[in-house]
Amino acid sequence: MVSDTLVIIPAYNEEKAISGVVSSIRKLYPEMDIVVVNDGSSDETVVKAEDAGAIVLSHSFNMGYGIALQTGYKYAFRRGYRFVVQIDGDGQHDPTGIKTVLDRVKDGYADIVLGSRFLSDDSYKPSLLRLTGIRFFRFLIRFLSGKVITDPTTGFQAMNRNVLNVFIQDFFPVDYPDADVVILLSGLGFKISEAPVLMRPNLGGKSMHSNPMRVLYYIFKMTLSMFLTKIRKYSIPGN
Amino acid sequence: MPLEQKITAIIIAVSIFFLIIELVRRRKLREEYSWLWLLTGTILLVLTLEYQLLVWITGLIGAAAPTSTLFFFAIIFLILVCIQFSIRISKLTDHVKNLSQELTILKTTRKEN
Repeated sequence: MVSDTLVIIPAYNEEKAISGVVSSIRKLYPEMDIVVVNDGSSDETVVKAEDAGAIVLSHSFNMGYGIALQTGYKYAFRRGYRFVVQIDGDGQHDPTGIKTVLDRVKDGYADIVLGSRFLSDDSYKPSLLRLTGIRFFRFLIRFLSGKVITDPTTGFQAMNRNVLNVFIQDFFPVDYPDADVVILLSGLGFKISEAPVLMRPNLGGKSMHSNPMRVLYYIFKMTLSMFLTKIRKYSIPGN
Repeated sequence: MPLEQKITAIIIAVSIFFLIIELVRRRKLREEYSWLWLLTGTILLVLTLEYQLLVWITGLIGAAAPTSTLFFFAIIFLILVCIQFSIRISKLTDHVKNLSQELTILKTTRKEN
């Protein structure tokens, strides 16, 4: 291994977008390794990702976004990477933001940096309904941890190895890891920060937010998980 | 308690008991799951044979009739079994997740080396 930074891209049936994402990251940051975690796709995601020059980790069946992310974390941790950037495989996240989020971690300014669409003027504005949900979780984060996080649902993040060591544990909330992770990390004393990133609207349109039952479940799960994370005790094995 | 009712209850209780023992013997059911079922069979049998005990418990929990006491405990038992299953399923889901992740990483590492 030459590089000390791994870019993790979870992907489920992203044959249209994945090549573009991988090749633009390779062009911008040739020094970084890229791993695509294929979450049991039934299309050509694996071939497209390999052709574009990524390492591919392939789940035997679909297990969900959070589990795909954690597979990437486990791989990164074992391979000894010092820094990890995670970015979505659908092309919503602009890869030029990788440097923005990563630099703050490398500088030691924070252990984990979340890319926020709200700190960037050019990012798309989510629908009113989604915005209401985001405001609710912003409030809960502030209430439970005292942290101000503008974009608690972002999948665009950079972190160091210490955070990685937390994310590979069994208690990592693989079922939509978002706002509860902020509570978890802040309770463990990690420095969390945000950086502006550019996000485009999802053109594919197969977001979980199109299913009202899923949205309700998400709100329930996240609220419960945030409160329980706050009152739980966690112990992390050393590196 | 009418005799017919008593006989029915005894037959059911004894059948459950032997079914569980037989399933464990044939290794279709692990010992660790059998205890709750065996306990239920035993309680059912004891309550049928000792009707006064059932009447006493009925008074204790404030139920109107001994039959409702039986139903009450049956429902509690079912809830407990469901919770036990939920716990097991959560644990198994975790195991499947970890195994699949392990396999996924091994597949790629083997290719790399």
